[in-house]
Amino acid sequence: MIHSLFLINASGDIFLEKHWKSVVSRSVCDYFFEAQERASEAENVPPVIPTPHHYLLSVYRHKIFFVAVIQSEVPPLFVIEFLHRVVDTFQDYFGSTNVGDQLPTGQLSVVPWRRTGVKYTNNEAYFDVIEEIDAIIDKSGSTITAEIQGVIDAYVKLTGMPDLTLSFMNPRLLDDVSFHPCVRFKRWESERILSFIPPDGNFRLLSYHVSAQNLVAIPVYVKHNISFRDSSSLGRFEITMGPKQTMGKTVEGVMVTSQMPKSVLNMTLTPSQGTHVFDPVTKLLSWDVGKINPQKLPSLKGSVSLQAGTSKPDENPTINLQFKIQQLAISGLKVNRLDMYGEKYKPFKGIKYMTKAGKFQVRT
Amino acid sequence: MVFWFDFFVFLIDALLYFCHRNEDLKQMLESSKDSAKLDAMKRIVGMIAKGKNASELFPAVVKNVASKNIEIKKLVYVYLMRYAEEQQDLALLSISTFQRALKDPNQLIRASALRVLSSIRVPIIVPIMMLAIKEASSDLSPYVRKNAAHAIQKLYSLDPEQKEMLIEVIEKLLKDRSTLVAGSVVMAFEEVCPDRIDLIHKNYRKLCNLLVDVEEWGQVVIIHMLTRYARTQFVSPWKVDEVVDEYNENNFYESDEEQKEKDQKMKTTYAMDPDHRLLLRNTKPLLQSRNAAVVMAVAQLYWHLAPKSEAGIVSKSLVRLLRSNREVQYIVLQNIATMSIQRKGMFEPYLKSFYVRSTDPTMIKTLKLEILTNLANEANISTLLREFQTYVKSQDKQFAAATIQAIGRCATNITEVTDTCLNGLVCLLSNRDEIVVAESVVVIKKLLQTQPAHHGEIIKHMAKLLDNITVPVARASILWLIGEYCERVPKIAPDVLRKTAKSFTNEDDLVKLQILNLGAKLYLTNSKQTKLLTQYVLNLGKYDQSYDIRDRTRFIRQLIVPNEKSGALSKYAKKIFLAQKPAPLLESPFKDRDHFQLGTLSHTLNSQATGYLELSDWPEVAPDPSVRNVEMAELAKEWTGILGKPKKEKPTEKFYSESEEEEDESASTSSSGSGSDSESEKEDKEEGSTDESSGSSSPSEESTDSESDSKESAAKKTCRAVNESDSEVIKKKAEGISKKRSTSSSSDTEYTSSDESSTGSKSESDSKSDSESGKSRNATSNKKEEKPVQDRKNPKTQDMFLLDLDDFCPVTPVAVPRAAVLSPSLAADLEGLSLSSSSVIDVTTQACVPTKTHELLHRMSGKGLAAHYHFSRQPGIFGDRMVPVQVTVTNTTDQKIENIHIGEKKLPPGMRMHEFNPIECLEPGGSLTATMGIDFCDSTQTASFQLCTKDDQFNVNIQPPVGELLLPVTMSEKDFKKEQGMLTGMNETSATIAVAPQNSARLIITERVVKAANLGVVPSGQDNIHRFAAKTVHSGSLMLVTVELKESSTAQLIINTEKTVIGSVLLRELKPVLSQG
Repeated sequence: MIHSLFLINASGDIFLEKHWKSVVSRSVCDYFFEAQERASEAENVPPVIPTPHHYLLSVYRHKIFFVAVIQSEVPPLFVIEFLHRVVDTFQDYFGSTNVGDQLPTGQLSVVPWRRTGVKYTNNEAYFDVIEEIDAIIDKSGSTITAEIQGVIDAYVKLTGMPDLTLSFMNPRLLDDVSFHPCVRFKRWESERILSFIPPDGNFRLLSYHVSAQNLVAIPVYVKHNISFRDSSSLGRFEITMGPKQTMGKTVEGVMVTSQMPKSVLNMTLTPSQGTHVFDPVTKLLSWDVGKINPQKLPSLKGSVSLQAGTSKPDENPTINLQFKIQQLAISGLKVNRLDMYGEKYKPFKGIKYMTKAGKFQVRT
Repeated sequence: MVFWFDFFVFLIDALLYFCHRNEDLKQMLESSKDSAKLDAMKRIVGMIAKGKNASELFPAVVKNVASKNIEIKKLVYVYLMRYAEEQQDLALLSISTFQRALKDPNQLIRASALRVLSSIRVPIIVPIMMLAIKEASSDLSPYVRKNAAHAIQKLYSLDPEQKEMLIEVIEKLLKDRSTLVAGSVVMAFEEVCPDRIDLIHKNYRKLCNLLVDVEEWGQVVIIHMLTRYARTQFVSPWKVDEVVDEYNENNFYESDEEQKEKDQKMKTTYAMDPDHRLLLRNTKPLLQSRNAAVVMAVAQLYWHLAPKSEAGIVSKSLVRLLRSNREVQYIVLQNIATMSIQRKGMFEPYLKSFYVRSTDPTMIKTLKLEILTNLANEANISTLLREFQTYVKSQDKQFAAATIQAIGRCATNITEVTDTCLNGLVCLLSNRDEIVVAESVVVIKKLLQTQPAHHGEIIKHMAKLLDNITVPVARASILWLIGEYCERVPKIAPDVLRKTAKSFTNEDDLVKLQILNLGAKLYLTNSKQTKLLTQYVLNLGKYDQSYDIRDRTRFIRQLIVPNEKSGALSKYAKKIFLAQKPAPLLESPFKDRDHFQLGTLSHTLNSQATGYLELSDWPEVAPDPSVRNVEMAELAKEWTGILGKPKKEKPTEKFYSESEEEEDESASTSSSGSGSDSESEKEDKEEGSTDESSGSSSPSEESTDSESDSKESAAKKTCRAVNESDSEVIKKKAEGISKKRSTSSSSDTEYTSSDESSTGSKSESDSKSDSESGKSRNATSNKKEEKPVQDRKNPKTQDMFLLDLDDFCPVTPVAVPRAAVLSPSLAADLEGLSLSSSSVIDVTTQACVPTKTHELLHRMSGKGLAAHYHFSRQPGIFGDRMVPVQVTVTNTTDQKIENIHIGEKKLPPGMRMHEFNPIECLEPGGSLTATMGIDFCDSTQTASFQLCTKDDQFNVNIQPPVGELLLPVTMSEKDFKKEQGMLTGMNETSATIAVAPQNSARLIITERVVKAANLGVVPSGQDNIHRFAAKTVHSGSLMLVTVELKESSTAQLIINTEKTVIGSVLLRELKPVLSQG
C-alpha cells in the first residue's frame, strides 16, 4: 500500500519522511513540486500525480502537503482517507496539553475504540448537535439550493464501560447518516435509536444529511447593490443584511467575505457596525459584522475604485456568509432522551444545539 | 493501521526533541540510565524522520535492541527497520533477540517482533522470516496472526521466490475466523496471489458474513477482492434488463402476448445466485460507514455487480461524501462522472448537489460541470443553462471556458436547445474576455458543423470578429468556417482572404495553415476573384520558416494549380477540399474511463496502473456454485467461527444473516435495557482472545478460557446468554463431537445443507430418503430461480430490516413446520400463505448442543463394534417430526466391519424412523458418524431396532430424554405471556426448587436449562425471571418454561403446555439441573 510518506510545508521543504518498505529517494517529490507549480494555487494541485515509477497521492491540510508514495494499484480513497486520519491524529495529539499521557495505549482493548479502566470523579456526557446550512442564493434572493449537514459531536467522560442510548423526537428527519463505528447499526435500523459504548473523550458520533428535497429555512437575507460602471473608474458597493427565519433566536458571529474582481484597486466603505478589511493584494473583502440586531440592520456602504483603463468586470463578486445561531437546530431535530446502562453512577448530561452557515453563498 | 498511527506519534514526538545536538548521542546510548538512552533514541529517530543520515550510529543503537525498557525497544525497532538494509552484517546481530521475542508470552511483543523482523530487508534472513510467519500464522492470538498476514506481503516483496510457501500460509489464514485477521490476509492475497481465486471459494460466505465486523481498512480490501471474485463466478444480473429493453425497442410489431411470453422466459431463466445476493446484502449497510474509502468500495461493488435497478442506492451516500475534503471530493466526483454517463438516472435527483460554488477549487468545479453536463436532459436543461450562465461569468476563466464547452455539448445532445445555445454562444462573442470569446468560437465552429444549414449570419458575424480576436485557435476556427462555407458568404470570403494575406507573416502557424486552406478552397470555387490572392499566399507559404507550412503549401499548389506535371488528382481537387466533413462528436472526457474498475487508481488516472487487475466479464455460464459449499465437519467449525458474534435465535425463514442478526439483536436488546449485540459480542470475543495471550496452549483450554471469562463478566452484562452458547459451541468443536450444524442456523449454510443432502442421497441411492430429498431439491432449485423476480416485486419479504425505512415493518414470525431442505425462498412463499393460526412462534436453532453421549452398543456385546449416540439438535434434517440422532460407530476389532446398517425395527405404534445410510466399510480402529431421525411421537418410549453388520445383528434401544423432544422457538416476551395466559390450570405444572447460589446468574441458568432441554431463550425484561420456549417435535405443541428466582436461593419453576405428561417429566428433569452445584 503506502510505500513512503513525505510531509512538505508551505515553503516547499520536506520536513518529515517515513518509509515502510525500502527507502524511496526524496527526489520523487520533484514531480510533486512540478505539479504544484503548474497548479498555481495549492488547492488545485491534483491529489493523484503519476510519475514514471510511482504514484504520488497527496492531501493538503493546515498548509502542509502529506504526500504518499504508492507503487501499484490501490483504491486512491483508501490512501487519501488514511492520510486524513493521520492528520486528524496529529491534530488530536498536539491539541492536547499533556502530550506524554496521550500515547495510544495499544489496540487490544475489549472495545477497540475505548480504553479500559477509565475513571473520573465527575462523570459527564455532552452532546453538541451542530447543523450547517449549505446554500446558494441567487441575485434576486431566491434559494437555488440549500441543504443541511448535521453532526453530533460528543464529549464523554464516563467511568467504566457505560452503554448509552440516545433517542430523537423526530428521527425520520435524518435522511442519510453515517456513524462512528461504536454505534450499533442494527439498533438504529430497527428502532431509530443510537445505542453505543462511547469512546473516551471527544468524538463524532454521527453525521447526517437533511436533503435538498426538504425545505430548508434560511435564517438571513442579504440585500446588495453592487455596480461597476464602464465610463468611470468608480463603482458602488452596498450590502445590508437582516434576519429571516431565525425561530426567534439571535444571529451572531456574522462574517461576510467577498472576493473582488482583479480590477478593483481599493474600496472606501463605512460599516454601520463591526469592522471591515479590504486587502488590495488578494482583493479579499471581509467584514466582521457580529450580531444582527433586527431593529438596526447592519450595512456596509461605500465606493469601489477600479484600475483606470480596464473594462468593468463581467461578474459581480459572490458574497460568502458565516453566522451562528445558538440553541437552534434549523432542521428541527431534537434529542428525546439520553440513557446510560451498565454503570451505577448518575452522569451529568448535556445537549447543546447550534446552527451555522456552511458553504453559504449569495450570488450578486 | 493503528501501528502506523503509533509511529507517527513517535516521529513527531521525536521531532520535538530534535532541538538538541547529536554529538553526545553515542555516549548517551552507552549510558546506564534508561532515560538518557530514551532521549538519545528519540533524537535519532527524529533525525531519520528528517531524512538525515543516522547510519553511523548503528553499532551503538543495535546494542539496545535487547533493552528491557519497552519505549527504548520500540525506538530501536524503528531505527532497525530504516537501516538494517544498509548494514546487513550488523543487523544480523539483532536477529536472535527477535527470535526470542517471537516466543514471548505477551502477544503484543510477539506481534511487534514479527513486524520488525519482517521489516528488516536482509535477504539472508528470509528462511527465518518464513519460519516465523508460519509459526505466527497458527498463533493463538488473532492479533499475532494478523501481523503474520502483514509480514507475508513484506517477505514477498523481499523475496518473490517464496511465493508458493507464502500461498500456503495465506490459504491457512484465509480460513481464519477472526475479524481481526480477515482484512489483512485478503490484503496479502491481493498482493501475492490475486489470481488464485480458488482459494476464496470456501471462504467466500464466511468473508461476506464477517465483513460488517472487520475493521474499516480491511473492509475496503475485502470488498474490492470480492468484486473481482463475483465477476468470475456469477452470471450477469444485467441481461434481464437488457433483453427486455431490446424487446421493447425492436419487437414493436410483435403481439403483446408473444412479447409477454418472451419476457417471462427471460425472467425465469435468470436467477441470481444466492451467494451473489449475499454479497450485495452484506455490503449494503457499509454505505453508512464514516470512511469514504469504504463507501466508495461498496458503491463500485454495486456498480459492477448489482442489477441495474439496485445500483441506485449508492447515489445518496456518494453525494454525502461530497461534503468531505477536497481530495475525497475529487475522487468521488471522478467516479460519479463516469457513472453519470452510463446511468443518468442514478444522480439526476441530486442535480443541485453538483452546483458549483465560487469557492470550489478549479479541479472540483470542472468535475462538477462535467457531471452537470452528463445529467442534462430535456427536462432540466433550462435550469441548467441558467446555472451555466452564472458560470460563464466566473472570474475563474479556465472554468468559464470549460462551461462554454459544456454548453456546446448540451447543444449537440439536446436538439431542442441547440438554437438557444448557439444564440447564447454568439452573444458571448462580444464578451470582453478573449479566452471566453475564443472558446465560444471553437464551440460554435463545432456546432455549425453539426448543423451546416443556414447559419450565414453567424458566419458573417464571426468574420467581423477576425479583426479583433487574437487567440490563434479562434482565428483558425473562423478561417476554417469561412473556407468551408465560402459559398454561403461569397462576398465576405475573398475579403477575409485579402485581409489575412496581408497579415500572413505575423500569424501563428495554426492560423497560417488555415489561411492556406481558405485560399485553396476559394481558388476552387471562386478562382476569378481570388486566383492572384491565393498565389500570393502560396508564395508566402513557400518561404515560411516552418516546414509544416512549406510542406502544406507545396501540396496545395500541386493539387489545385493545374500544370503539366500535376497528376490525375487535381481533377478531384474540389471534391477533396470541399468534401462533406463529418461533424465532430462532442463527448465527455470520461467516456472511455468505464473500462477501468471504479474506485481504482487506474480509473482516476485513466491509464492502467502497475498491478491493476482487470475486472473480468461475467461468465456466460456460471461456474459450479457448489465450490463454495463447505463440508459438514469443516462447516461446523466454520460456523462457530462466524459466530464470532454468537446467535441464539435464528428464525428459519430469515434468509440472510443480516436480518437474522437484526432479529437477534432487537430481541435481546428490547428485553434488557443494556443491549448485547455486535459490539459487546465482539468485545466478548476479544476478551477471549486477550486471555489466550496468557499462554494457553491447547484449543480446548482456549475456549474454556473464554468461557470462564464470560462467566466472570456475567454480572455486568445482564443479557449474555448468547455468549454462553458461543463458548458452548467452541467447546463442542474442541471436543470434536459436534460434527454437523443446524441447517437453519445461518442463511448461507442453509443452501449448503440442501445441496449436501441431495448430493449425499445421490451417492447412496438405495436409501429410502433418496427420492424424497431429490424431489425437494428440485423444488428448491425451481424456487430459487423464481426468487429474484419475486424479490424485486416485493422487497418487504426480504428487505424489511434494510436501509429503506419505508419498507420497515415489524415481523410476525409464523410457526410453519417445514423441512430445512426447502429453499428459504420457498419457505418465504409458504409463510405468505400463512398455514398456521398461531402467529407468534418461530422455530429457531438450538441454543446449545448437549455434550452428553449415550451408549447404544457396548463393544463387548457388539463383538467389537461399539456405538454411541447423541442428540445433535439440528432441526428438520429428516422432516419436521423427526428428532435427529447422531450415531457414532467405532470398530474396536482388528478387522474391517462391513455393511453396517439398521435392520429390523420394533417401534411402538406411530413411531417412525429414518435410517442412516448403510456404512459400507469401517476400518479397524476407525470411527464414523451417521445421522438418523426418529419420530418419537412426543413420548419417551423406547425405540428398539437392530444394528446389523454383514454378519451380525445386535438389538439396541434409544430412549430420548424429554428435553430432546423439543424444538426451540423464538418469541417475544409479550407473546410468551399471552400464550402462557392460555395455558393455565390443567396445563400448568410448577414446583419450588432450591437453587444453588452459584447457579443464580442469568447466564448460568440459561446455559444449564438449554443444555438439559432443547429450549429457546425468550428475552425477559426482569432480571429474576427467565423464560424459555419450545414446541414439541411431533405435534408442535408449545412448551413454555419459566424460572423465577425468589429470595433465599429458591426458585419457582413453571411449565405451561398442553402436553401435560411431557410437561411434568420435563419439570422433574429440570429440577436437579438448577439445584445441583
